[in-house]
Amino acid sequence: MDTQSYFPVPPGVGMEENFLSLDDILLSHERLPIRTECTFPRLGFLEKSSDTQDIPEGTKMELPLWLTKGLYERKRKVVSVELPKVYREGWRTVFSADPNVVDLHKMGPYYYGLGSQMLHFDSPENPEIAQTLLQTFIARFRRTMDSSQNAYNEDTSALVEREAICCNRLWVRGGRWDKRDAVEESQRLITDD
Amino acid sequence: GGLCLHRENEAKSEGRAELIPSIKLRHCCLLRNQRCVTAYLYDRLLRIRALRWEYGSVLPANVRFHMCAEELQWFSQYKKSLASFMRSLGGDEGLDITQDMKPPKSLYIEVRCLKDHGEFEIDDGTVILLKKNSQHFLPRWKCELLIRQGVLEHVVS
Repeated sequence: MDTQSYFPVPPGVGMEENFLSLDDILLSHERLPIRTECTFPRLGFLEKSSDTQDIPEGTKMELPLWLTKGLYERKRKVVSVELPKVYREGWRTVFSADPNVVDLHKMGPYYYGLGSQMLHFDSPENPEIAQTLLQTFIARFRRTMDSSQNAYNEDTSALVEREAICCNRLWVRGGRWDKRDAVEESQRLITDD
Repeated sequence: GGLCLHRENEAKSEGRAELIPSIKLRHCCLLRNQRCVTAYLYDRLLRIRALRWEYGSVLPANVRFHMCAEELQWFSQYKKSLASFMRSLGGDEGLDITQDMKPPKSLYIEVRCLKDHGEFEIDDGTVILLKKNSQHFLPRWKCELLIRQGVLEHVVS
């Protein structure tokens, strides 16, 4: 519905999802590589590659984010979550060297959103992940705003980027990005338990 | 929540604690389904609410066909709330805030009729015949609703 009177529930900010947000529901459909840290009796049918009745401990498989969040416990007896490549050190170095060079579309539709959700899984790299997400967003947003305000710039990549940012509306509350919010958010991410 | 805990306690007391991870997983799935259904129904309500502003207070039959009884009732109650709110504005007359939702640039506009709509009376008593493809120069506020409903089209020269 394209009209000005339809206000869908926006996605949550930072690590939070909005329960009723369709964007967040789609985001939480993304699959993550996990390893089971206990047996799941009688659920072998979920794991297509083998024919067992149970899912044994130590199985590597992919689960959607919503299920991973639901099962994960800090004491780590249930599942352990592998960081997707984009958020690991190698890629983080690329992003910090030049945040603008990476084609974010190729990285999947939810680079910022999924990255923030990864912070739920207590990786020791969480502060670095949060930092990279924020710095990347700031740099790319700045460039998109700069180039989109240049009337003679025929580079359509700015439009594509703006769409990517809007789809990944992690930091943008109601379509406006407030630098103060982003700085507060990054503080919260880095110091949050 | 409660049901999951109940099953877990049963599992523990029967000495089948190893089932708990599977119970938890199944519970996550139930919660997920509940979330999806709730968000879907809520989104429908948001769109139905928007219809009041875009179509007016009488919904076309093909739209009402797709609404369930509870949604029709909700729309009817929303209409009433909005109407009594509008009556409370602007002194004795009330104020129709569903008109002029964008600041108008001119008082009169050129419109083309997209379908036959019969006779249409404007404030000074004049009656206009809205025949398909006819063009008219009319007061903006009289046309807004018909433009939104797709009967008239604003001709921008």
